[in-house]
Amino acid sequence: MNKAQRKILLDPLFTNNPIALQTLGICSALAVTTKLETALVMSAALTAVTGFSSLFVSLVRKWTPANVRIIVQLSIIASLVIVADQILKAYLFSTSKQLSVFVGLIITNCIVMGRAEGFAMKNPPGLSFLDGIGNGLGYSLILVYCAVFRELWGSGKLLGWPVFTPNTQGGWFTPNGLMLLSPAAFFLIALFIWGLRAVRPEQREEE
Amino acid sequence: MPPRSVTYLLGFMTAVCVVCSLMVSTAAVLLKDRQDANALLDKQRNVLVAMGALKSGEWASRQKIESLFAQVRPVIVDLRTGEETREIDPATFDPFKAARRVETSRPAPENLARVMRVPNHALVYKVFKGDRLDMLVLPVEGKGLWSTLYGFLALDHDLTTIHGLTFYKHGETPGLGGEVDNPLWKSLWPGRKAFDETGAVRIQVIKGKAGPPESDPYHVDGLSGATQTHNGVTHLLAFWLGPDGFGPYLAKLRHSAPAQPGGASRD
Repeated sequence: MNKAQRKILLDPLFTNNPIALQTLGICSALAVTTKLETALVMSAALTAVTGFSSLFVSLVRKWTPANVRIIVQLSIIASLVIVADQILKAYLFSTSKQLSVFVGLIITNCIVMGRAEGFAMKNPPGLSFLDGIGNGLGYSLILVYCAVFRELWGSGKLLGWPVFTPNTQGGWFTPNGLMLLSPAAFFLIALFIWGLRAVRPEQREEE
Repeated sequence: MPPRSVTYLLGFMTAVCVVCSLMVSTAAVLLKDRQDANALLDKQRNVLVAMGALKSGEWASRQKIESLFAQVRPVIVDLRTGEETREIDPATFDPFKAARRVETSRPAPENLARVMRVPNHALVYKVFKGDRLDMLVLPVEGKGLWSTLYGFLALDHDLTTIHGLTFYKHGETPGLGGEVDNPLWKSLWPGRKAFDETGAVRIQVIKGKAGPPESDPYHVDGLSGATQTHNGVTHLLAFWLGPDGFGPYLAKLRHSAPAQPGGASRD
């Protein structure tokens, strides 16, 4: 992998994070991060969908008439999301039940469409695939970060394994109920953005 | 890119649609068997959790679930008459569809559980020990604060003592009403009595603490901060154990197989 490819793959993690800098895909970052397990599965599904949709959109980009390009992108993304949902139902049934509509809602996740329209329409398939995977990983980073704190502070567990025993079961730990509600993800994402922009001042917006 | 002809456009879109639909249908057809098996295992799992044979959230292999389920016999009950029926195959019966369709359900009389429609038939699970009825698992549902609670109530062979209650689906507030699936709260249920000697439904979730099952058999501790949810639990149990739910069936079952105290000899 050369330098340009590595840049495309790894830039979305910190330099150009889809959630922290581009503020795309926040909706599902709130919804599926109360548990680490759902966040991991959602991350994997979204990363796969973004990677392959960018690949396919890029493959047909030279034949795609400009006036129907959004419809073409949507058809490809929607099909991939359905396939991803079917695979989850077949192999990870209980997690897919918890994710419920959110797997289907990957279709509307701004990251997928954003990368298809913003990158894959102008770049060759290989690079587009890397870009899709990279952005999926950037999204995953935030999801996993949120989920670790929300599950640990909200229920005292990680991946369903008890870490702190909550006081309702005779332990010392008082679960923070706020962590299980959507606003907690906003606070956590805001803290992440704060930290990121303190280290990388170039990401700050002009006053 | 120069504008393309309409023919090209239609041709291109048709090709995209055909390829996409091939992809989707291949995945759906190839994975269907696995998904159906998963859905069935999931249903059996919930029944086993209500029976206390599995803990909720406990991982169990397919073999284990299937072997535990071997003693369980799904039975279709006609809720209008309280009779068991063999006209419907339990394996293909969909209780949710039955409750929604006009032909297979009736409007529920006004009730506190806010159940809108009562299906004509219900799927219950009889658990046998040897050839004797050991437990009866009934599906229950009703409104909590935000959502409908779906669960199973397991009754002991006397059809009065509660063996376990579990909710497998709800959307109550995590940490408050969501505590209906807290194992500690669920452990308060076994041993309580659903009915008194006259056959009236008495089980109730109260505010504050209830005594042990021996001295306070009809009450269960409330969930603090979740009055609406635990009232919902009281109401849905009252509805499904009452005359519009499984009341007639339970009465017939008691009549046909008189309750035997534990250890009593068989006829």
